Amino acid sequence: MTAAAEVEVGRIVGAPVERKEDEKLVQGQAQWVDDMRAPGMVYLHVVRSPYAHARLVRVDVSPALAHAGVVAAWSGADLADEWQGSLPCAWLPTEETNAPEHTPLAVEKVRHAGDGVAVVVAESRAAAVDAAELVEVEYEPLPAVVDAEQALEEGAPLVHEQFGTNRCYTWTLEAGEVDRLFAEAEVVVRERYRQNRLIPNAIEPRAVFVTTVPAAGEFTLWSTTQVPHIARVTLSGVTGIPEAKLRVIAPDVGGGFGSKLDVYAEEALALVVARRLGRPVKWTETRSEGYLSTIHGRDQIQEIELAATSEGRITAVRARLTAAMGAYLQLVTPGIPLLGAWLYAGAYDVQAYRFECTGVFTNTVPTDAYRGAGRPEATYAIERAVDALARALGKDPAEVRRLNLIREFPATIASGLTIDSGDYHANLDVALRLCGYDDLRAEQRARRAAGDPKRLGVGLSTYVEMCGLAPSKILGAIRYSAGGWDAATIRCLPTGTVQVLTGTSPHGQGHETSWAQIVAERLGYELEEIEVLHGDTSVVPLGMDTYGSRSLPVGGVAVYLAADRILAKATRLAAHLLGVGESQVEYARGTFSAPEGSLTLKEVALAAWTAHDLPEGMEPGLEATYVYDPPNFSWPAGAHVAVVEVDTETGAVELVRYVAVDDVGTVVNPKIVDGQIQGGLAQGVAQALYEEAIYDEDGNLLTSNMTTYLVPSAAEFPRWELQRTVTPSPTNPLGVKGVGETGTIASPPAVINAVLDALAEDGVREIEMPATPERVWRALQEARR
Amino acid sequence: MRTVSLTVNGVPHELELEPRELLVYVLRDRLGLTGTVVGCDTSSCGACTVLLDGESVKSCTLLGVQADGHAVTTIEGLSADGELHPLQQAFREHHALQCGYCTSGMILAAVSLLAENPRPSEEEIRRGLEGNLCRCTGYQNIVDAIAAVAS
Repeated sequence: MTAAAEVEVGRIVGAPVERKEDEKLVQGQAQWVDDMRAPGMVYLHVVRSPYAHARLVRVDVSPALAHAGVVAAWSGADLADEWQGSLPCAWLPTEETNAPEHTPLAVEKVRHAGDGVAVVVAESRAAAVDAAELVEVEYEPLPAVVDAEQALEEGAPLVHEQFGTNRCYTWTLEAGEVDRLFAEAEVVVRERYRQNRLIPNAIEPRAVFVTTVPAAGEFTLWSTTQVPHIARVTLSGVTGIPEAKLRVIAPDVGGGFGSKLDVYAEEALALVVARRLGRPVKWTETRSEGYLSTIHGRDQIQEIELAATSEGRITAVRARLTAAMGAYLQLVTPGIPLLGAWLYAGAYDVQAYRFECTGVFTNTVPTDAYRGAGRPEATYAIERAVDALARALGKDPAEVRRLNLIREFPATIASGLTIDSGDYHANLDVALRLCGYDDLRAEQRARRAAGDPKRLGVGLSTYVEMCGLAPSKILGAIRYSAGGWDAATIRCLPTGTVQVLTGTSPHGQGHETSWAQIVAERLGYELEEIEVLHGDTSVVPLGMDTYGSRSLPVGGVAVYLAADRILAKATRLAAHLLGVGESQVEYARGTFSAPEGSLTLKEVALAAWTAHDLPEGMEPGLEATYVYDPPNFSWPAGAHVAVVEVDTETGAVELVRYVAVDDVGTVVNPKIVDGQIQGGLAQGVAQALYEEAIYDEDGNLLTSNMTTYLVPSAAEFPRWELQRTVTPSPTNPLGVKGVGETGTIASPPAVINAVLDALAEDGVREIEMPATPERVWRALQEARR
Repeated sequence: MRTVSLTVNGVPHELELEPRELLVYVLRDRLGLTGTVVGCDTSSCGACTVLLDGESVKSCTLLGVQADGHAVTTIEGLSADGELHPLQQAFREHHALQCGYCTSGMILAAVSLLAENPRPSEEEIRRGLEGNLCRCTGYQNIVDAIAAVAS
């Protein structure tokens, strides 16, 4: 075969084509899980604990059974014999990790407000909700603990008594002579930060719909999930439904951001209720219910120390986390802080490194993956600490960064992994130029000189992140239960169209378009001739789903490599049909040419299907599968600049400009890539300025609905100013890196650094996220005292 | 139960409704118009936005019986004769949607916004969309799509 080994960027890959997904979406023709219905369908409602911590004395569902329209009602004890296993946690970081049993309904004790205690099943949604009010539950309230540090104190209420502690695990990573470098350091910076607890808020609430063929023992689960393949494997384990009898479908899914990267109690409950009743079952959460039952993100205390020279050269980094797990371990709860474990030295060249994380149970909704998952936390800590170092030395934060940024790639970093490619100094230079850094500093000085109560602040974040989970071998080494590969199948159909089966499961990322671009570029089809199928375990049996910015660098590369296999077979067949040797066949854009004539790939596909004249030993059909296991993570990096105005009279912060320069490797579709970055930025800025899930000391979620948890609107954001540098990743043939989480990872420290930069001369050194007007105002009063 | 007459996307309906049924569930569950979706339970997110006599309303804040005698337009009724509405077209061109869940409501809110103010500034567009939340896009492309139609 003579096809080029590297993808040609230009005709289709790299073009800002409109998305294939949108035609139906703009006309309201998506198929969401809550749209599903079937004859005989019943509605499931979960009765939830109002207490954060209580013993379950009595659960009596019989009053609900008397309500009109009710089909069944069961307590946790009633369903106990349905469970073949616990709800899954796929990542126990150490052998000694305390991993509690987690049944879909609580039996003896509830451990967070929202913990399910019973289900009511009825002919209508309204009847189920009404009857749920009649379930009698007697609770014996227990003292609750909601703060991770308090949970580690002697005498704290125990979330899981059997462990005798609220500590879930402690995990450490150390490389180099950390203590010596700290002892010898000319400057040491010690900082402590709080990662506010966040609620992901995909705009589509979670929903589940189950159908069954009772006599065949078959079940189909439609779920608002990012992970249909993982859900099938694990829910088979929870319910005892054989994996081969369980089909999981993620139809159109309305956003996830990690919150739908999980296997939830309601999926298991709907399956066993369908099994008991032999009827279709639907469950849909309300938004407020989701705040109590769908995972939260972040909620960590971070301590970080930098050892540095008096010039500002960082030699070593020590980081210590106390990370709230919440009441139970969801799919990857304990692993989330570890996803940042290698990144607490950020994009900087340091000699030694120590990271330690302690996971802690609290009487709160479990934490788990929320966009960035571990990496926003790491980036926040190091980027804030670098600013603190610059302040301690009286240097410009851009200069201190320039001094420390990694120069040579591939770069093996102190924490032990190898960064694929990048040009970090270029990222910073472009960002500073774009924002007009010197002019901004001049304006800042002018405002200060004029005594303007509205201070100007400029904040930097020069980040690197690791994504594209992941080499299976590394995942195994850090005790993650599954692999990091993904699969693609390409079928060249006899009538000239193509099906692409992908193991990724998009929920807004536009894989139907981007994957079609990769195939169109490689195989010479038009975009309209390519259909990308996903999110159905019976249509696409092999897959590892969508999370951790893995879809393009793993699943997209699998598509590219499957296309290679199509070309290999098609070249052989074309040569046979043209009566020449393979080496005489030239391939370009869908056509095989030889001196004797030419054939299109479509003609070859038809010939492969009729199979009338195949080379000796060739199987009929033109179809290829590639299961790709990446050799490395992918390492997007960039430099972001936030510009804020802080009103020192009211404490109000306005983000007036935001410049983001990102290197995500080869860009398949610039519209989609920019869209991912813009959306990520909005979520990161929201963490810095607006959002926080707040519990009172009894474990009541005070931000219990969308009126009190402040998801920002269009009015809260400036225009995003985006620019790219491109260093293709050498670890995959497309040269791509992940892009889904960069904005969320890079932006919180840029914003907070800007706020603190604005108030530096007022003596303000710390403002916790979110930097609300009240927090800013109080910090100013404190500093003036 | 109350008898309610309403017109949805130009089609007259006579329905027997429970007084407590929200308009959004009348549209979704009774009429099968699942293009209108539910995103919250506090009238915060705007995913369920429809037009009532041409003005945007959140169909979760309205009881079905309150729509008696009124005309409702949902996303399914926005395109005419197989032609996308200019806002639907602009949302495509500007990549103003990712997962698409907020999109029906966002487009209908934009229809209403432009009916009230045909030449809004960027600031006015952003303020005008305060009742509609999108978690995917960071809003800029939505604002640009609306601005493109306005000009």
